[in-house]
Amino acid sequence: MKYNINWLGFYTLFVKEVWRFWKVATQTILAPVLNVLLYLIVFTSALSQHVEIYPNVNYTVFLLPGLIMLAILQNAFANSSSSLFQAKQNAGITFVLLAPISSLEFYLAFIGAAIVRGLLVGIGVWISVIFFVDLPFHNIGLAFFFAIIASGLLGAFGLVSAIYSDKWDHIAAFQNFIILPLTFLSGVFYLIRDLPPFWAKISYFNPFFYLIDGFRYSFLGVSDMNLMVSIIFSSAAFIAISIFTVWLLETGYKLRG
Amino acid sequence: MSNAVVIQNVHKTYRQVEALKGITLDIPQGSFFGLLGPNGAGKSTLINIIAGLVRANQGHISVLGYDVVKDWRQARFSLGIVPQELVYDAFFNVREMLKLQAGYFGLGKENEPWIDELLETLSLTNKANESFLRLSGGMKRRLLIALALVHKPKVVVLDEPTAGVDVELRQSLWQFAKKLHQAGHTILLTTHYLEEAEALCEKIAILNHGEMIALDQTKNLLARHPYRWLYLDLKEDYQDFPLNLKDKIITQKPQQLVLRLHREQDSIVGILEELKKANIEVVDLHTNEPSLEEVFIHLINQETSS
Ligand SMILES: Nc1ncnc2c1ncn2[C@@H]1O[C@H](COP(=O)(O)OP(=O)(O)O)[C@@H](O)[C@H]1O
Ligand SMILES: [Mg+2]
Repeated sequence: MKYNINWLGFYTLFVKEVWRFWKVATQTILAPVLNVLLYLIVFTSALSQHVEIYPNVNYTVFLLPGLIMLAILQNAFANSSSSLFQAKQNAGITFVLLAPISSLEFYLAFIGAAIVRGLLVGIGVWISVIFFVDLPFHNIGLAFFFAIIASGLLGAFGLVSAIYSDKWDHIAAFQNFIILPLTFLSGVFYLIRDLPPFWAKISYFNPFFYLIDGFRYSFLGVSDMNLMVSIIFSSAAFIAISIFTVWLLETGYKLRG
Repeated sequence: MSNAVVIQNVHKTYRQVEALKGITLDIPQGSFFGLLGPNGAGKSTLINIIAGLVRANQGHISVLGYDVVKDWRQARFSLGIVPQELVYDAFFNVREMLKLQAGYFGLGKENEPWIDELLETLSLTNKANESFLRLSGGMKRRLLIALALVHKPKVVVLDEPTAGVDVELRQSLWQFAKKLHQAGHTILLTTHYLEEAEALCEKIAILNHGEMIALDQTKNLLARHPYRWLYLDLKEDYQDFPLNLKDKIITQKPQQLVLRLHREQDSIVGILEELKKANIEVVDLHTNEPSLEEVFIHLINQETSS
């Protein structure tokens, strides 16, 4: 049994991670979709009469790609962080740690599942709104590209959070002190260049901003940033966190005493 | 005979606690090996380093010639670990857990007959569709054993499998461990019960405070502490006992006597005859094997006096 990649081991772990959230799909898919729809109703009924961000683009249509992206980000994070953290708490992770599965295989399996969950939530929202909102689709491949990079990025961040956390409070802290601020400075509800210069400057370092801007472009065909910049910045952020996460797993930090 | 597990100068420190202070130990292939020691001796730490769950600060371990750090994949294929704690994954039922575990080891459909066989042997067949949380303590323990054996490892490690289990389960676990051993597996068992090690293991290493204080064949080790205890319930509250019994008396209560007997030199029948001669009537009796504590004290005393 000499091989360098344990394909079936990786695939089994990936399937297990998908199966895990699928068993509770009402909480992991349906609830987040409804959540976005509620946001949409509240924001559009309050704001759509008053705001026009891009000429001839209805505010609801402007808002939707960002809201979908936020749902993707949150759910990808929730998937890997809660799965790994729980497995750490009840030591169920031991079964995986005893198996001949490498850090990279481990990483790819968890990220893969986070991407599947992110895409399912994203597609779920999209399907449930196209009946009410006339949302264009400029470039479907690009939309998938940003959705995958986004859920991969947050899936990886979820793993990192779960590794460092000793209590659920710590996971919540990652959400409240990192994800939430990044969300508010991401240009979901407005354009970054309309912010005061200081905050605008900070936002240009925010990967969420590029993900949302690029994702919105995939639908509307208009964007704040140059598309190439968004692609490069998002990909770079994803690659950087991937390398960090695989390295962290390889050190065994908090997983292998 | 070659070695299944080779442990060389292994040190482990957790923050301030020095859990292992340089352990060197060979476990022969095909042997039934006992790792004995009180709680906190470092047994689980050593097991976990073998398993790759904990990293040593110093030293090397190999399993069937595979270094557990460098050739970790092959080492893990060779090992089946039954952890001390009842670890679980609440999302899946018994059969799903077994299939997943087999998958992690690269085994697919072809392994399913073996899974059925494991369920059968470990009396879990009618629990195959239950979730872990709905199993009794004994079933959980048996499931952990099944999970450890799902990839047919050559070396099986049982970390305190009988701690806190009832007599019946302990017996069935012993039988199962013996069967595995007879089938050719190398077995490494940790325990803090001397009688368990005595009943099962050919060779024993004793660990105390992270150090190995003894390593020998079981029979040699027990011969080093050749005493056992005889508890006698007496009919009346006697005061006088035969002179040559007096130095064997450990405790004397009204109607009860505890004697320390040498395994080879003192016979129970002889003692009873002497008591009879002295008109002391025995109502009931039982013997007690030395506890691990006592063997320890004995071993430590031996070490300091020699
Ligand atoms: N993860 C850990 N962190 C800190 N100390 C630990 C950890 N695991 C074990 N120890 C300490 O190391 C020593 C050996 O523990 P352990 O290997 O579990 O012993 P045993 O299995 O023989 O009961 C004990 O003092 C224990 O408290
Ligand atoms: Mg232990």
